[in-house]
Amino acid sequence: MADVLLLQAVRKSYGGGASPRVEVLHGIDMALEEGSFAALIGPSGSGKSTLLNIIGLLEPPTAGELHLAGKLASGLDDAARTTLRNRYLGFIFQFHHLLPAFSAEENVLMPMLAGVGRISRADRERARMLLQRVGLAEHAHKRPLQLSGGQQQRVAIVRALMNRPRLVLADEPTGNLDTQTAAEVFALLHELNREEGTTFLIVTHDPRLAATCPRQLKLLDGRLL
Amino acid sequence: MNFVWTVAWRLLREGRFQSALILGGVCIGVAVVVYITAIVNGLQATIVERTLSSQAHVVLRPADRLNQPVMPAAKGAIALADVRKRTQRENTIANWARLLQLVKATPTVTGAAAMASGPGVAQQGGVRKSVTLMGVNLADYRQVVRLDNKLVSGQLQLGSGQVLIGKELAADLGLTPGSRLRLQSASGAQDSVQVSAVLDFGIKDLNRRWVLLPLRSAQNLLGYRLDITEIYVRTSRLYEAETLAANLSAATGLTADSWQSSNGQLVTALKSQRASSLMIRVFVTFAVALSIASVLVVSVVQRQREIGILRAMGTPAARILGVFLLQGGIVGLLGSLLGSLLGAGMAVGFSRIAHTEDGSPLFPVALDSELFVSTALIAFAVGVLAALLPALRAARLDPVEAIRG
Repeated sequence: MADVLLLQAVRKSYGGGASPRVEVLHGIDMALEEGSFAALIGPSGSGKSTLLNIIGLLEPPTAGELHLAGKLASGLDDAARTTLRNRYLGFIFQFHHLLPAFSAEENVLMPMLAGVGRISRADRERARMLLQRVGLAEHAHKRPLQLSGGQQQRVAIVRALMNRPRLVLADEPTGNLDTQTAAEVFALLHELNREEGTTFLIVTHDPRLAATCPRQLKLLDGRLL
Repeated sequence: MNFVWTVAWRLLREGRFQSALILGGVCIGVAVVVYITAIVNGLQATIVERTLSSQAHVVLRPADRLNQPVMPAAKGAIALADVRKRTQRENTIANWARLLQLVKATPTVTGAAAMASGPGVAQQGGVRKSVTLMGVNLADYRQVVRLDNKLVSGQLQLGSGQVLIGKELAADLGLTPGSRLRLQSASGAQDSVQVSAVLDFGIKDLNRRWVLLPLRSAQNLLGYRLDITEIYVRTSRLYEAETLAANLSAATGLTADSWQSSNGQLVTALKSQRASSLMIRVFVTFAVALSIASVLVVSVVQRQREIGILRAMGTPAARILGVFLLQGGIVGLLGSLLGSLLGAGMAVGFSRIAHTEDGSPLFPVALDSELFVSTALIAFAVGVLAALLPALRAARLDPVEAIRG
């Protein structure tokens, strides 16, 4: 199958000018196959977050090329990166980061609303279907603060899937959940990966959860092992 | 469900306390502006109306007679002369019918009246009062100065041998409609006339001095033959009277005084009042803008992470900009609606409290729809402009930094 993500010699350094220049990523080459499920692991300070931000088109790499869904995505301006993020990427954050002013369903719809500017009936149906899929159909109109931590994270997960992204990036998605809930959420990610065929790249600290992933990318001192 | 509208509205609703603060600020500011404007406009309109109720808007007089040198000084020579101003005693307008027609035909002129005025004495029962004899054609004069509302008693008619007098003079000489009195001019000519009506010109001095009589009688008494001394003009464009005066002066060759130049102090007072009310409005508007901007800046900082999330999931920066600009606009518009109500209420309340002696309001407050519409538009624009800085800040947030907090 085709690669949904391809990184070639990606480098990232910070500083320069007056402050000393620090290179965080020293030439990353990697590829993710369409529909794969990979864990990105490494000690803190290894550059995981930076790599994830670059893959997520939130930060441009200093050097190297990044292809997303067959398109060259490095060297683009903010507007172009924003469009690509909306169309091809889904984000799951450690602290779910739902918008408290909106209901669960509206939060799920938000990527579509943000990208397209408005919502169609089909979008609403998809949002409801997704919420139902994760067992939150009856909570669709509750605000995030009325939901438990596990429920909130499930809303955040289906929000990431709303726009049918090619790649979902998850940054410690179970970081603030208890072991039991974390395992459930991880199992859910696996299921969604199979059902929707969406590629997942998950940053995690938890070796047991990482062990459940078919592929593990180990990052150490800015290099993939 | 539109992104900008939905998110702007939800964020405002969610941040209740901030929204209440900002709305309160806008509301009070707009209320002050509406109140001041209504009071000042009402006051000015009333003052001008009262001042002009017995005045012409433009008065045409004969040009001053100037001393002409009999022999011009030779070129290069310096002439020393002691020139005294001539008396303007016999200065009248002859052949005025053509001029009057010309004036009446001028655009924006709604009325013009010939006037032959001069000093005189009114006598009755041994009492002599110095008066101003004002000879008019009543129909023309009423086109220039409204008399209906000034009638105290009698009938507004000015047949041959009839006069209209002010109520103070009537009291001084013990006159009522139907009574007779004797008029004498400075030259000694006399006439016996009958009072047809007693008027209240609104100013005691005028009530004591003004005697309106038929134009012919005045010309005879004052010895003007067929001449007149002034042409009174009324215009539909009150505040363009100065331009009209200049135009009429050029067209007729007469001197023209607008009500503004005859009431210099009043005009200055009105202007400075308007200027100070404008200053107040401008500074209040600035204060409102600053309060909107400062609350929105805080709101942007507080919602930094949410903005970052929205940016990360692919919200274009322009839409984030739109959200906060719209918030400023909504706050401005809503605040101006509330503020207009409050300001109008305050103005009406003031006019209820402030009474003249006879219990009628001191002056009507000028609350017209134009004031509310312009206030709402300005408030909306100020809201959007004030939101510009916070909105730019929100749109320029780096999602990575914003999410990290």
